[in-house]
Amino acid sequence: MLRFLTRRALGAVVTLVVISAVTFFLFFAVPADPARLACGKVCPPELLEQARHNLGLDQPLFAQFTAWLAGIFVGRDYGGLGHCPAPCLGYSFVNKAPVFETILDRLPVTVSLTVGAALVFLLFGVATGIIAALNQGRPLDKIASVSSLIGFSLQIYFVGTLALYFLVYQNQILTRPQYRPFTEDPLAWAAGLALPWVVLSIIFTANYTRMTRSTMVEQLGEDYVRTARAKGMKGRSVVMRFALRGTLTTVITIFGVDLGALIGGAIITETTFGLQGLGRLSINAVTDSDLPVLMATVLVAAGAIIVFNIIVDALYAFIDPRVRLS
Amino acid sequence: MSTPFLSVRDLTVDFHTEDGVVHAVDGLSFDVEKGTTLGIVGESGSGKSVTNLAVLGLHNPETAKISGEIRLDGEELIGAPRSTMERLRGNKVAMIFQDPLTSLSPYHTIGRQIGEVFRRHTGASRAASRDRAIEMLTRVGIPQPKVRVDDYPHQFSGGMRQRAMIAMALVCDPDLLIADEPTTALDVTVQAQILDLLRDLQEQTGTAIIMITHDLGVVSGTAHEVLVMYAGRAVERGTVREVLGEPRHPYTWGLLASMPRLSAPVDVPLLPVRGTPPSLINVPPGCPFHPRCDYTDLAGPELCRGERPELSPHRGHGDACYLTLAQKQEITR
Amino acid sequence: MKETGPAETGTGSAAGRAAEPLLELSGLEKHFPVMGGFVFRRQVGRVHAVDGIDLTVHAGQTLGLVGESGCGKSTTGRLVARLLEPTAGAIRYGGRDIAHASRRELKPIRSEIQMIFQDPYSSLNPRHTVGGIVRGPMEVNGIDPPGGRDRRVRELLEIVGLNPEHYNRFPHEFSGGQRQRIGVARALALNPKLIVADEPVSALDVSIQAQVVNLLQELQRELGIAFLFIAHDLAVVRHFSQRVAVMYLGKIVEVADRDSLYRRPRHPYTHALLSAVPEVETDPAVESRERIRLAGDVPSPIDPPSGCRFRTRCWKAQDKCAAEEPPLVRLAGNREGHLTACHFPEAPTVHGEDVVLDPALA
Repeated sequence: MLRFLTRRALGAVVTLVVISAVTFFLFFAVPADPARLACGKVCPPELLEQARHNLGLDQPLFAQFTAWLAGIFVGRDYGGLGHCPAPCLGYSFVNKAPVFETILDRLPVTVSLTVGAALVFLLFGVATGIIAALNQGRPLDKIASVSSLIGFSLQIYFVGTLALYFLVYQNQILTRPQYRPFTEDPLAWAAGLALPWVVLSIIFTANYTRMTRSTMVEQLGEDYVRTARAKGMKGRSVVMRFALRGTLTTVITIFGVDLGALIGGAIITETTFGLQGLGRLSINAVTDSDLPVLMATVLVAAGAIIVFNIIVDALYAFIDPRVRLS
Repeated sequence: MSTPFLSVRDLTVDFHTEDGVVHAVDGLSFDVEKGTTLGIVGESGSGKSVTNLAVLGLHNPETAKISGEIRLDGEELIGAPRSTMERLRGNKVAMIFQDPLTSLSPYHTIGRQIGEVFRRHTGASRAASRDRAIEMLTRVGIPQPKVRVDDYPHQFSGGMRQRAMIAMALVCDPDLLIADEPTTALDVTVQAQILDLLRDLQEQTGTAIIMITHDLGVVSGTAHEVLVMYAGRAVERGTVREVLGEPRHPYTWGLLASMPRLSAPVDVPLLPVRGTPPSLINVPPGCPFHPRCDYTDLAGPELCRGERPELSPHRGHGDACYLTLAQKQEITR
Repeated sequence: MKETGPAETGTGSAAGRAAEPLLELSGLEKHFPVMGGFVFRRQVGRVHAVDGIDLTVHAGQTLGLVGESGCGKSTTGRLVARLLEPTAGAIRYGGRDIAHASRRELKPIRSEIQMIFQDPYSSLNPRHTVGGIVRGPMEVNGIDPPGGRDRRVRELLEIVGLNPEHYNRFPHEFSGGQRQRIGVARALALNPKLIVADEPVSALDVSIQAQVVNLLQELQRELGIAFLFIAHDLAVVRHFSQRVAVMYLGKIVEVADRDSLYRRPRHPYTHALLSAVPEVETDPAVESRERIRLAGDVPSPIDPPSGCRFRTRCWKAQDKCAAEEPPLVRLAGNREGHLTACHFPEAPTVHGEDVVLDPALA
């Protein structure tokens, strides 16, 4: 297991370097001039030249990239424009602050949103899927199928807006979505995020219901499930000990793949409900041409996906001895 | 005469599908005595596996309609409550399947899978169940049972997995063991090992065995009685020597003649049964074999296409065919 | 080349036979890499699937290739059809070595060597009609038979015993045996000289199996096609092959004319295989058929035993077997062309005796 984790961690570092290089060079192809942003609205040519020099933009492209990479470990000084302590992911002239600080500030919002939503859709989706599979062909199964089909066709901004209107503004059933740090007031944290959690998880719940159902039906038809029944194992233990095990491996695998979609969903959700998370940050960065912030968010998202995939693979090995022992 | 240990009377299993009703088993009757082996022979779709899953009550009650009588040691199993069936399975009646790799759970150790049957039916402790699992692995000839008990199925070879399956089936000393094509997925040298093992274990324990197979050779080496099935019905029944030595039903003749044998002269051509087995949704009326049979003209086409022939005589060596015994002897001579 | 035995070389130059063999394998090897390792994936071992075999197939004849799973018989078939490229050795077809022939060089030969597969369900494209499937090889190879492709397809369907009217049906409308007939028709489409049949009847029911075996036999008689017939069922192979080779862990352990091999197996493995076949025995006099029971399973082809590969399961094994690999040679007392690779072969005639070799069952 340790060997496995070490190998994967090394692989992750390589992947991250590659991703940062690609985004770095890609963003330089974008027609936006960071120096102009740094310099301000009214900017005489000699000041612009000065800003360009301070930002290192007069250096060759590759040198700029290594300077940026080095900044992550040792920090950077942008001439007189500002200081960015390590780990420096760049300096945002829009926010007038090192990018890393902004990210740290926004990260808890997005983490709370995605982790909460993931818990909701994993619990609900898998449970509904199992119930549907065990009642195959009966009304419960059909209800689950139809509602998951509907859920799957919904869009976050559509449901989100409707929910905001009816549940919050019209009837005041839920509080207005907002972020309160968990450490300050867990109840307010949960109450403020309840609506975003539900809205973000709707599509995923639908998807996991359908997937769990079909995998479970498949598992119940497996030879070894039949063997378990032929051994006289009780119905419930057949489901929980044998069929569920196989179903979970699939769920976990798909969950690893879905992380990207979840982060994408978080961007839309944050925008819909006005939550100041990373998603919102990246959208703003796009409109403001705030390249350092944009790059940093891409990097953080990529890092999150890589880390979670390692966790998923480790879990997979934990559940399936064939993976663990090969 | 005492009542047989397992007695199946007029068993019918229908499956309701989108395409129509599949008559998988139709009016099947047979007995199995303690300490003996019944070989059920038939090709795919003959209903041999369906019959035995019905004995264990493993069909989905929503899609399978089962009628008739299945009496195990005097107890009626059709319509028995689920708890009764769960108590019997793995305990009084056990089953081994064709493919030991897919039939064993990949997520649990061999020892756990064997032990849990023992635990479930005897209420033994975890430790006692584990000891019992080691004991069973020793009995079925797994080397280093104390080490291998903690292995997962994928760490076993094909033959060892089937041995483990057998250990799992026999852990509660069942009175009846149903073996559904237990060696079909195995190599011939391993098949021989497994068949020997089953024979030896039967000698030790006196378990009744139902050996389901498509291979007449396997039946010949292991069974005492044979039941030949075709399209969900029994077409011939008798002792091994009777059925394989003096076969009476044209389908049994066909099976024997189409099987290449090492002991037969090599230039004797194979005589296949013409045509293909019927659809079980649309079983031919009368004798289900009549469209593929070469002797309908001799027996009388109206007879063969009309009423369904019953196994006769009622006891002993019987077959379901309208040919007279004299005609059959004339043909087989 | 390998060591030359006292009587004859490994290559089946069974003297007195027809001039040039159609197919000749010599020193054929196929190793598959096993990947693994820390940080970077690298090769950590090799599966010795086929490990230096010599075989010949003569025009219009059948060479049966038998062995248990994992012995390399299917890989050999795929090498011959050049679906795989060998690691070493030669595949001489019609005098030319095609072992490493390029795609272009293979093109004319592809039509002459065809394959029939085990599973008639997965080897036919379910979205193509029967006509399309059988016509496929002609289209790919740009062959226009006189009278047109469609007519040829109908002809082929008739040859394999299918109704030509069923031209427009799909594979799922046919039974297993009929599907295998479709596979045979497809193989025949290009008038092949050699058909590699990989377990062509193992998935079929007994009564259907005989139909397909008879069909193949008929085709061989009428069209003079040579077969490399790969199967695990010794009785079927005996029925269909003039010569039979027995494979074990990537090696040929014995090869001989049919009668010689089945009547007088000299290699202990061949002997054990034959005695393990369950036979329908109805004569009470032959009650106690000889039984040889091999212990355990076939070892892993990743790390095969030294010397004779069968020694770990052999009841005759001695130190020599581990130290020295026995050459495939003609033994004293054997007919011409009967080659055996064993240091301690069985007696030329075999008497029924009850040998139980599995310690677990003793």
